[in-house]
Amino acid sequence: MAGYHCDLGRQRHRFDDLKAVMACASPRRSGDELAGIAADSDERRVAARMVLADLPLKVFLSEALVAYETDEVTRLIIDRHDADAFRPVAHMTVGQFRDWLLSYDADTAALGALAPGLTPEMVAAASKLMRNHDLVCVAAKCSVVTRFRTTVGLPGRLSSRLQPNHPTDDPTGIAASTLDGLLYGIGDAVIGINPATDNVPACIALLEMLDAVRTRFDIPVQSCVLAHVTTTMQAMERGAPVDLVFQSIAGTEKANAGFGVTLSLLAEAQDAAKSLKRGTIGDNVMYFETGQGSALSADAHFGVDQQTVEARAYAVARAFDPLLVNTVVGFIGPEYLYDAKQITRAGLEDHFCAKLLGVPMGCDVCYTNHAEADQDDMDVLMTMLATAGVNFLIAVPGADDVMLNYQSLSYHDVLGLRHLLKRPPAPEFEAWLDKAGWLDEQRRLPPWPDQSLVVSALLGSAA
Amino acid sequence: MSDNPKDNPKDPWARFRSATRARIALGRSGDALPTKALLEFQLAHARARDAVHSAVDFDRLAADLSPLETIRVHSAASDRPTYLRRPDLGRRLDPDSAAGLPAGEWDLLFVIADGLSAAAVQVNAAPLVHACLARLGHLRIGPVVLAGQARVALGDEVASAMGARLVALLVGERPGLSAADSLGAYLTWDPKPGRADSERNCISNIHAGGLSIQTAADKLCWLATEAARLKLTGVALKEDAPSLAGPDNEKNQRIGNS
Repeated sequence: MAGYHCDLGRQRHRFDDLKAVMACASPRRSGDELAGIAADSDERRVAARMVLADLPLKVFLSEALVAYETDEVTRLIIDRHDADAFRPVAHMTVGQFRDWLLSYDADTAALGALAPGLTPEMVAAASKLMRNHDLVCVAAKCSVVTRFRTTVGLPGRLSSRLQPNHPTDDPTGIAASTLDGLLYGIGDAVIGINPATDNVPACIALLEMLDAVRTRFDIPVQSCVLAHVTTTMQAMERGAPVDLVFQSIAGTEKANAGFGVTLSLLAEAQDAAKSLKRGTIGDNVMYFETGQGSALSADAHFGVDQQTVEARAYAVARAFDPLLVNTVVGFIGPEYLYDAKQITRAGLEDHFCAKLLGVPMGCDVCYTNHAEADQDDMDVLMTMLATAGVNFLIAVPGADDVMLNYQSLSYHDVLGLRHLLKRPPAPEFEAWLDKAGWLDEQRRLPPWPDQSLVVSALLGSAA
Repeated sequence: MSDNPKDNPKDPWARFRSATRARIALGRSGDALPTKALLEFQLAHARARDAVHSAVDFDRLAADLSPLETIRVHSAASDRPTYLRRPDLGRRLDPDSAAGLPAGEWDLLFVIADGLSAAAVQVNAAPLVHACLARLGHLRIGPVVLAGQARVALGDEVASAMGARLVALLVGERPGLSAADSLGAYLTWDPKPGRADSERNCISNIHAGGLSIQTAADKLCWLATEAARLKLTGVALKEDAPSLAGPDNEKNQRIGNS
């Protein structure tokens, strides 16, 4: 293969193949450096972007970054590519595509119609030519709406996952975090528990507990226990009240094998959950989490940069019409995203790429204690994502997840964003808050005193 | 509202607070955290970061381990930023350390790695080693190896060079906000470079508010005895007691890494 090059003054930057162009064009991040594929100078990084900008967008249809023959994710991407949808941008270079995405021509309708014609590699390439603000502005024009008991992703709204994790799955402890979150209007995307123990009886017990809370207060929400897909399938076989099937997914067949899943297994799970017909206004029954670095940590990245492999996971997600997808962006650790600058950038890239591909993207705005980041940095990312129209954000009590030992957003954060940006929760959930008399005259959810009727009604009747 | 809701008999959250460490019912200043809750969070985060970034005082640790003999080694990660960015280097010895290890023949070797919490190692490692030795007097136990900028797999290279059939690697776990001094213990039979995590047994959450030193020593010594009997560790070696696998080593399905 001839490879690619860019002449800058007396320096010729050579790139062996398309993978190398993509990797070197990526903003600096520790995961690509760990993999040994990052640009070794800032100039080389820009040189790669100059090469990328002049490549035809359709090169990604003829040159697979991960082999078609040996990877079912590549086959999914290529076999399901919609050439008709792609036609409006088929003649463009990557650079021209970036310009078009930012133009007034690329409105919500045009972007929605284009989504089936785009591949993960195309949107990843475009993202590498974008500044953070570009990523926000283009994503804000995308609309991906999904439904189960609530409608998630409508323009001008901000949904949230209530994450009431507990280190030993204690039912009272989980109920405590759940009720606390409801008082902040959290949970309209999902009430979702990461179980401490992944087994079928424990999963069923948690599902029944969440379903009891939902029915007792007649709340329009969906619940999920984020166990392995096979655990949830067994729970369904035993008649458990499964609303959503969760699974972590990644962008290559080998990385998915590391998670113990294949595309056919996910299809089987989706069919099983849909057959329960538990959704009242829609049948989007899948929930996926993704995150840059997962393929590298499974030694399944095939020399592709972590942001591009991550975007490939969204092709997996969109094949199953999920209600929710979120990147766990800062969770995976500093060897993949070293500091707040890298976490922020990755969160915006992931949201942009997913939305362009038609995936209902949310985000766990988060970090671990060995990353160079703190809550101030999360403030920046959550505000940027909310203005970019992120479908939902994850929140935990006081931003401190006592089971997974990392920091996410607090209930306060999401409520504050909603009030600041005038983005209420999903309409069904907002109507429930209204009917319960929790909203003030400005349609805010105010702090209710502990001795108020609102709090005592909620806590007094809880198990 | 009372400043100390725990003391308030009318606190509707009282019975919930006792069921979880989660930061529930923090109150609100408008939509934001009240000052007290804000500063408490910042203190917990500061302690966690200090635990990650401060260095273990290995001289003091060696003194705490006396009269046991100790050997100092260092991983191939030269400093903390390198350690955080390059997990591969933290799993290998630097060449000088590798060259200096004495060969022997041991039933069990303890390796203490700083990992992600200096506080965990400083406070909990020596008491755990002493508690184990009191239970394992019949075994040939090598000098205790103290490893800087080290991850779990470093123990494999150390133990294989020193001729140990079993290695117990004690490591500072990634600090959470509720515990910055949690120690983990990984037991590996026939240690050699390239061992997978599935070939180890793990006891995690060893600290004052979690698994006590004595309980951890009971578990570790039971596992060590069984490992020697069955000549294996890992998924094939299950503890009869149900509580060995804590939340930290059954890390559910979330994307992540150790």
